[in-house]
Amino acid sequence: MTTNERADAPAVTTATAPIGAARLQPNEEIPTVVTEAVFETRDLSVLYSGFRAVRDVNLTIRRGEITAFIGSSGCGKSTVLRCLNRMNDLIEGASVEGEVRYRGVDLYDPAVNPVEVRRRIGMVFQRPNPFPKSIWHNIAYGPRVAGVKKKSELDDIVERSLRRAALWDEVKDRLDASAMGMSGGQQQRLCIARAIASEPEVLLMDEPCSALDPIATARVEDLMRELRDDYTIVIVTHNMQQAARASDMTAFFGVEVNPNGDRRTGMLVECDTTATIFSNPSDERTENYITGRVG
Amino acid sequence: MTDLSLRPAAVTIDDLAGDRNATRPDTLFSNGAKVAGYLVLVILAAIAVSTTTKAWPAFRSEGVGFFLSDNWVPSQGHFGARAIIYGTLVVSAIALVVAVPLSIGIALFITELAPRRIRSSITTVMDVLASVPSVVFGLWGFLILRPDLKDFYNGVADAVSGIPVLRSVFGESLSGQSFMTAGLIVGLMIVPIITSIVREVFQTVPINEKHGALALGSTRWEMIRGVVFPHSTGGVVGAVMLGLGRAMGETIAVALVIGASPQITANLFGQGEAMPSVIARNLNEASGNYRAALIGLGVGLFALTILINISARLLVKRANATKGAR
Repeated sequence: MTTNERADAPAVTTATAPIGAARLQPNEEIPTVVTEAVFETRDLSVLYSGFRAVRDVNLTIRRGEITAFIGSSGCGKSTVLRCLNRMNDLIEGASVEGEVRYRGVDLYDPAVNPVEVRRRIGMVFQRPNPFPKSIWHNIAYGPRVAGVKKKSELDDIVERSLRRAALWDEVKDRLDASAMGMSGGQQQRLCIARAIASEPEVLLMDEPCSALDPIATARVEDLMRELRDDYTIVIVTHNMQQAARASDMTAFFGVEVNPNGDRRTGMLVECDTTATIFSNPSDERTENYITGRVG
Repeated sequence: MTDLSLRPAAVTIDDLAGDRNATRPDTLFSNGAKVAGYLVLVILAAIAVSTTTKAWPAFRSEGVGFFLSDNWVPSQGHFGARAIIYGTLVVSAIALVVAVPLSIGIALFITELAPRRIRSSITTVMDVLASVPSVVFGLWGFLILRPDLKDFYNGVADAVSGIPVLRSVFGESLSGQSFMTAGLIVGLMIVPIITSIVREVFQTVPINEKHGALALGSTRWEMIRGVVFPHSTGGVVGAVMLGLGRAMGETIAVALVIGASPQITANLFGQGEAMPSVIARNLNEASGNYRAALIGLGVGLFALTILINISARLLVKRANATKGAR
């Protein structure tokens, strides 16, 4: 999908889309949403070696919006995020129940190749993880595995991606220098540029600022707001202010502890516009978390 | 109160000197460790000096011919070891060609592909393989592998008899004892040690970077090539060097299957001889210059190992220095 198509997409209004998909009523028709929903999960559960880590997540993530996942530690927000590009496949013993639909297709259908999924759905990790290669090679990595070979074409992609990530002016004179010599904040923006270089349709960000100082965090947030026009962004964050500042929609995840107190299962409590979640949440648990009474 | 706070607090040098008795075990430990560390160097030097001294008569009478001539006729007092050195190098090279890809493959399978259950059983099998005595490998090679290999060699030789270069590399085999047989067996013998080190090297590759590559849409193989290998070059070379050291020094298994006839030939299916096997086979009956020459072979082997090790280290250092950029 190109940028133009995205711009032509019908504006999503709260009147037509089911807000708080977590509590979808059976009579609410899903097909009307499909054209606008990038992701829809249906009764999504993730099990680690048979133990249910997150259960029954029903969530809709819409195109062109920034959706934030918030909640206390162990609530499964990162786990759910990693279902959206099949990164959970890499964790031994992890299995998924329910459905994750990406633009209508079940990502866990046997015919789906996770490599292709990850080319379309980019990811930025908690800790900046540049490869110990040059800046140029870091950015060119994705396009190259996708089959781009021409140096001139790769040069263009590198410049475009770095410009898009507001990093070009800082690094244009040292594209051949190792990425390991950059500051943490620069490394994280490099990782965002690297993800963008593969021209994904969606960007998943797993606590992208947790290892950054406040100034670097602010720059990454600015960048997210700029990227929002072209990409659907899903961000996991521990930082409620960040969710409030940067996102359009917020999904709040909670935890239940079993009677023995040794097992924690996460679940989606509610998902709504960020304004609603932060000013007028419908669930008491959300309100407690937002106001700092819990977590 | 204010001037009191300005007064320097009284501490004597004895207060800061600490308790001598309490630090004694630490001194003891560090001295002990130092001795152990230097002892290695001393032992190494002692071996080098004493063997060289014992080998000196042969070196003196043969001169550089000891290494450059291939006229090895002990009964006539000729000790030119070139063909024997050649045999060691060829056998080691074959062993590496066999063992390195196999070991890297097994290590990749264990670290990247195998489910947990299979992973531990393969590791156990490799450990058992490592502990099989080399004479057992040699006997197996001599009694079981050799007859079949002989037919196989001659089949290959027939097949390539019309092709110029291959014809001389894969020639006729008389007994099945050959450079190739020795190389194959030694190769198998060094697989466990290379595998176990390479596996540990692969396990140190940051999972963050591996996931980063996969999240960009790499296949597993692309991830291995792009992230695992670049991270592991140094460690893999180290593992290969350790394997090579064992291959060059392997004695009894090689002695059983190489054929005991020193010659320089391109024919990998031909018989040859290797440095350690000559020593093991003849040291008991040898005396005088012959004995000195055999010890000289040992010195040569020692020097060769060190030489290869140092050059490999330099290679890795240079590779690491240019990494990062491109």
